[in-house]
Amino acid sequence: MIALLLRDLRLAVRAGGGFGLGLAFFLIVVVLVPFGVGPEAEILSRIAPGILWVASLLAALLSLDRIFALDYEDGALALIATSPLPLEGAAFVKALAHWITTGLPLTLAAPALGFLLNLKPEAYWFLFISLALGTPALSMIGTFGAALTVGLRRGGLLMSLLVLPLYVPTLIFGAETVRRGAEGLTTTTPLVMVAGVTAGVFAFLPFATAAALRINLR
Amino acid sequence: MELVVTDLACARGGVPLIEGVNFRLKEGEALVLRGANGIGKTTLLRTLAGLQPPLAGMIECTEDQSAYASHADGIKAQLTVRENLEFWASVHGTSVEASVFEAFDLVDLRERFAGTLSAGQKRRLGLARLGVIGRKILFLDEPTVSLDRFSVKLFADFLKEQHLAMGGIAVIATHIDLGLEAPELDLEPFRAAYDAGGSSDEAFL
Amino acid sequence: MSFWEYANPKKFMSFTAPILPVVTIAALVCLVSGLVWGFFFTPEDYRQGSTVKIFYIHVPSALMAINAWFMMLVASLIWLIRRHHVSALAAKAAAPVGIVMTLIALVTGAIWGQPMWGTWWAWDPRLTSFLILFLFYLGYVALWAAIDDPDTAADLTSVLCIVGSVFAMLSRYAVNFWNQGLHQGASMSMDAEENVADIFWYPALVAIAGFVLLFIALVLLRTRTEIRLRRIRALETRARRA
Repeated sequence: MIALLLRDLRLAVRAGGGFGLGLAFFLIVVVLVPFGVGPEAEILSRIAPGILWVASLLAALLSLDRIFALDYEDGALALIATSPLPLEGAAFVKALAHWITTGLPLTLAAPALGFLLNLKPEAYWFLFISLALGTPALSMIGTFGAALTVGLRRGGLLMSLLVLPLYVPTLIFGAETVRRGAEGLTTTTPLVMVAGVTAGVFAFLPFATAAALRINLR
Repeated sequence: MELVVTDLACARGGVPLIEGVNFRLKEGEALVLRGANGIGKTTLLRTLAGLQPPLAGMIECTEDQSAYASHADGIKAQLTVRENLEFWASVHGTSVEASVFEAFDLVDLRERFAGTLSAGQKRRLGLARLGVIGRKILFLDEPTVSLDRFSVKLFADFLKEQHLAMGGIAVIATHIDLGLEAPELDLEPFRAAYDAGGSSDEAFL
Repeated sequence: MSFWEYANPKKFMSFTAPILPVVTIAALVCLVSGLVWGFFFTPEDYRQGSTVKIFYIHVPSALMAINAWFMMLVASLIWLIRRHHVSALAAKAAAPVGIVMTLIALVTGAIWGQPMWGTWWAWDPRLTSFLILFLFYLGYVALWAAIDDPDTAADLTSVLCIVGSVFAMLSRYAVNFWNQGLHQGASMSMDAEENVADIFWYPALVAIAGFVLLFIALVLLRTRTEIRLRRIRALETRARRA
């Protein structure tokens, strides 16, 4: 499993792996929003938690179709399926690799982008912690979506349609944490819910993902 | 160790392709599958490798000893030849012996990125995976596509000397003569009747 | 004879052929009588005036929107466990009906909400939940449409339906947490007499029965169509191979 993780990370950082694209996308979305809603600091500071969360969600979505599509096309997925590595484990590792290459950089970069949107100082810590707890769920859910659509030639758009509704709970609890943090309210409940969703997702979705992969490899 | 196939039937896309396949291979034995395009060689091999469930019949072989290889061999262009092989070795819990590079004439290419290899060199790398993973039962689908005569000989020698001679088993679908002293199985007589049972449409007819 | 014999497409076709017209007529009778009774023979609410009468469409369609998804979940489980084709096709057949029910619930809700709350749309938890449910339906239907092989499509949509059900419930909870809304509390619960007077309650029951029957009739009809489509496909495949 570690071998697969290392390979995926290596593929992501080498030329053509697309590492950093998600981050650049995140930056662009965050920069575009003030152009759309106007430069008033007060408005931006109010909507900043939501913008940062929605933008990181979209950035995570961007690279999802690469998770299985390349391995499916060049046959590596069939070889992994016949190897001693359980497919559930492979699904888990794929999600983890996706998180390390997109979710983790987003989490680290988000506070810096918070400045652009005038995020309240109290909220930075909550932005960081909610993204750190929430983005793994985005990767795992996305991996499931990628597994469902891996056999389809133009699965990208369909996958977004399948995955985005599944992102709703994480988005709500994540953004709510930051919003409450910014207003100085108690954040325990949404934060625990973000962590709970992530834990639940990692407990169950590897099995659903492996099932979908087996069906698609048939 | 043995591979016993009894009354096997398999389907592609819910349509039965072949039925009633029987054979038994002991250690050191190989079987060459023959038949026209589309008869179901790939489907049979994928079924044997466990990628899809059989329609009927039994496949008995030692657990976790089989490996599947097709022309899509999962090579990553951004990894070097050595890294590609090391990945498959660690997935299978083995290590890459230096002799593998020699057996497949990859010694000089060891540190080259797989993306810079020619089609034939890539195929050799794909086949070298079989020498790395230490599996005893191989299901090979057209292993010699885009290999020159010299490379075909390399591969045939590998199969004979380092696989079959060591007690391995191989089922190979191929159109060329590998020079193996192996029985051939023509799939033509096993073609499923057009109204064969087990089709996913059966219930609707 | 076991219940599962009706899962055979041919049995199902011959079994449902006489039932379908009966259910259809019963659905029409219930719908017409329930709605006419509700619209014209009940007094107007002293606060809400005549707008309250949209309730006879709004509540039954909302109920069926959720029940349709629940039926799809059960049918998907049956397909995954017992591999009965009729079950998978019934789930496929129910999805568009569920979409329409969700849309009716959303639209009637908006029409009712305008005079009541002064806005066509509010991000009220229930409205939002239905919007999310609508998105789930869209994804499910799109996945069915995208995959050629019917068995693969049935398998993958079943997996999606199960995972989606869990997330739909989670979303419902999340949305409640996110915004406490304007919606009136359960007005149709078991102790309904406490909330709604009998005079409104009886026509509503008839209308609900009408929507349930309508749903059954539509799903039967669509399932029969899907079975016929599969049969055509099967015959064509066999003809090509013969």
